[in-house]
Amino acid sequence: MSPAKTKKAAKATTPSAPKRIDVRKTYKLYVGGAFPRSESGRSYEVRDAKGAFLANAAMGSRKDVRDAVVKARGAQAGWAGATAYNRGQVLYRVGEVLEGRREQFVAEVAASEGVTRTRANALVDQAIDRWIWYAGWSDKVAQVLGNLNPVAGPYFDISAPEPTGVVGVLAPQGSSLLGLVSVIAPAIVTGNTVVVLTSEERPLPAISLGEVLATSDVPGGVVNLISGRTAEMAPWLASHRDVNAVDLTGAADATDVDWADLEVKAADNLKRVLRPAGSGSDAVEPDWAEQPDLSRVRAYLETKTVWHPKGQ
Amino acid sequence: MPKFEYAPAPESRAIVDLASSYGLFINGELVDGTGSSFKTINPATEEHLADIAEASAADVDAAVRAARAAQTRVWGRMSGAERGKYLFRIARIMQERSRELAVLETLDNGKPIKESRDVDVPTAAAHFFYHAGWADKLEYAGLGTSPRPLGVVGQVIPWNFPLLMLAWKIAPALATGNTVVLKPAETTPLTALLFAEICQQADLPPGVVNIVTGAGETGRALVEHPDVDKIAFTGSTEVGKAIARSIAGTRKRATLELGGKAANIVFEDAAVDQAVEGIVNGIFFNQGHVCCAGSRLLVQESVADEVVRRLERRMKTLRVGDPMDKNTDVGAINSKAQLQRITELVDAGEAEGATRWTAPCELPTRGFWFAPTVFTDVSQAHRVATEEIFGPVLSVLTFRTPQEAVAKANNTPYGLSAGIWTEKGSRILWMADQLKAGVVWANTFNRFDPTSPFGGYKESGYGREGGRHGLEAYLQTGEGA
Repeated sequence: MSPAKTKKAAKATTPSAPKRIDVRKTYKLYVGGAFPRSESGRSYEVRDAKGAFLANAAMGSRKDVRDAVVKARGAQAGWAGATAYNRGQVLYRVGEVLEGRREQFVAEVAASEGVTRTRANALVDQAIDRWIWYAGWSDKVAQVLGNLNPVAGPYFDISAPEPTGVVGVLAPQGSSLLGLVSVIAPAIVTGNTVVVLTSEERPLPAISLGEVLATSDVPGGVVNLISGRTAEMAPWLASHRDVNAVDLTGAADATDVDWADLEVKAADNLKRVLRPAGSGSDAVEPDWAEQPDLSRVRAYLETKTVWHPKGQ
Repeated sequence: MPKFEYAPAPESRAIVDLASSYGLFINGELVDGTGSSFKTINPATEEHLADIAEASAADVDAAVRAARAAQTRVWGRMSGAERGKYLFRIARIMQERSRELAVLETLDNGKPIKESRDVDVPTAAAHFFYHAGWADKLEYAGLGTSPRPLGVVGQVIPWNFPLLMLAWKIAPALATGNTVVLKPAETTPLTALLFAEICQQADLPPGVVNIVTGAGETGRALVEHPDVDKIAFTGSTEVGKAIARSIAGTRKRATLELGGKAANIVFEDAAVDQAVEGIVNGIFFNQGHVCCAGSRLLVQESVADEVVRRLERRMKTLRVGDPMDKNTDVGAINSKAQLQRITELVDAGEAEGATRWTAPCELPTRGFWFAPTVFTDVSQAHRVATEEIFGPVLSVLTFRTPQEAVAKANNTPYGLSAGIWTEKGSRILWMADQLKAGVVWANTFNRFDPTSPFGGYKESGYGREGGRHGLEAYLQTGEGA
C-alpha cells in the first residue's frame, strides 16, 4: 500500500490531522506593563459577529480595576514629567508598531465587528492615522491652549495646561480598534494615565493593542486594559477616589449600564466626566470616522496659572 | 513695630438709599415674589437692613422663562458688537456708582470699606470691561470658528465677594450670548439688587439678567430647573458635589468653583518681610473668607521661629473693627453661622493639641467678630490643617526639603491655590510644576485679574473663570467627538 493511498483511506474514516497544530493566543489583561490573568480566575468566551467562538478572555473584577488604578497612579508623574517631545516620540513609535502588525488587527477587527476584510483594512488604517494625529499634539497643546495673561499690574502671569491625572475610560462597545484608540490617545498624549474597560463583546483588538504598547517604550501603567463585564466593573472605576476623570463613551450599548448612575458616583470626588454622545439621557456611540478636534484632549486637562511680580 | 493711633475715619453711608424691602428682578422688572421673605442684616452691627423676597420655585420658573425668551428672541440673535456695547455700558455705570456699590457691599457683607472700594468694585467693573471686548471676537478664542452660546445659565454665588462673584459669573455669560438667572447668597443680596437697577439704567433688554434672592431651596430650584442649560456655582465643596449629582445623567453643563486649603510655602531664602506681608494678605484679607486663602503656612524649619515671631508682631498691628472705617484691616465675620463654624474649628484645634495665639485686640460688642488667630504645633491630621475654616485663622506647619513641602502642600483633596516664597527662580518654577493647584502665586498672594483664569484641581471644582479659558465654559465649541 502506498503512503498516498493510506492517507486517502484514513481521510475517509477519521478527520485528518492538520499539517501543524496552531498555537492559539491567550488573551489576558494588560496592567502595569504586564499581562496578568484576572485575579478572580474567571474568563469568558468571546465570539465573532456570527456567534462562532474566537477566544477566551479574562473576566476582570473590581480588584483588577483597583490594581490597575494603583499602577496608573504610579506611572502618572513619570509620564507627565517626560518631555512633551519624548511622549510624542513614544506615541509615534506605537503607530509604527501598529503598522507592522496591521494584518493581525485586520483579522481581529474583521472577526470582532463582522465586517469585510476591505472594511477592516480601512478601519485599521484610520486607527493608525488617528493615533499618529494625536501623537503629534504632545508638544503643541501647551502652545495652543496656554496663555500669557496681560494682567493690570506689574506681574508675569502665565496659564498652561496640565494633565488631570488618572482617567478611567469606558471604551466604545462597537468600534473595537478605531474607537478604542480614539479614546485612549487623547487622554495619554498630555501625560494622563488610563484604566480602560475594553469593549465587553469585542475585547480582542484591545488586548492586542496592549501588546503593541508593551513593545513601544510606553512605560508600564500608562495604559491599563481590562476586559470583562462593563456593568460589573464600571461602578468601581467611576467611584474610585484616586481616579481624576472618567470617560463614559462606552456606556452606549453597554449591557445594564446606566451612565447617569456612573456620573452620580463620579461626583464623590468631583471627577471630570466626559459624557457619552447623544441627547437627553440617551447614549450613542459617535461616528469614529469623523476627524476629531481637541475636545477629547481638553477634557482631561487642568489649567494652572502662575503669577510672579516684576521688579528690579 | 509700633501701632499708630488713628482718629476714626468713617465712610459716609449717606450715598446709599436703602429701601425697606426688595423684590425679585425678573424680565427687567423688580417684582414681588410669591414666596416669603427674609431679613438681611449688617453683620458688624446686627442692624436690620432690609426685607428680601425669598424666590419660590414658581418665581425661579418665571425667571428661567424670561431668560429663555430673551435668549432666543433678543440676546442670542444680537450681534456680538451690540452685546459688547451693553457690557461696556454696565462697566461704566458700575464705575460711576462705585462709591455707592462699595458702601452697600460693606454694610451688607461686613468687609472693610477699603477692600470693597479698592478691590471688589473696581475688579467687578473690570470684569465687565474685559468681557465686553470679547463679545464680538469669540471666533478668536480658540474654540472653533463659530462658537455658540449654551442658552440659559443658572448661577449661584457666595457671600464672600458678592458683587465681584456676580461679575465673574454674569460678564462672561452675557458676552458669549447666554442669558442668566442668578441667585446671590442669602446674607448678601443687596449689591446684586443694585446691579439689577444698573441693568435697567443700561437699558439691557428685559430677561437677559434675572436675579432671584433666597437660600438653599431657591438655589436647588434653579439648579434642578429642566430648562437651564448650564450651572455656574461658587461655594462649598459639599454643595458642589450635590450639584454634580443633581445634574448627572442630563446634558446640563457645570462649572464649580469650590473650597480650598491652600498651602503658602515659605523657604529660608525668602525675603522675610515681604513673605510676612504675603502671609497676612493671604489669610486675613476679607477676614479669611476667601476660597483660595493661604490657610496653611508651610515654613522651612530653619526660619520657622523667626517667621512666626515676625508674623505675630505684624498681626498685632492689624486694625480689627468697624468695616466702614477707612483704616480698618479686618472687618466683621459675615454671619452668626459662619462665626460658629470658625469657633468650632478653633476649639477643635486647641482640643487636638495645637498651640493657639490670637492677636490682642478689642472687638466690638455687637456684631460677629473673630480676632486674627494663628496655630502653631499643627500636625497634618489636625482639623485646622485639613478643613476649610473660611475665617481669619492660620495653621503653621514646617518642612525641611522642597520635596517635603510639595508632599505636604498636595496632601489635601482640595487644589485651588498655593503660594511660594523664595528668591530662587529655578525653585519657583519647579515648585509651581509640582503643586496641584489651579493658581500659584510666587512671591505674591491673592492677586486676581479678569484676564487671568481662576479655578481648581481635584475637589476644588472644575472649569475656569476669567481670561480666554473662562469663555469655554459658556460656549458650545462645535467640537464633536
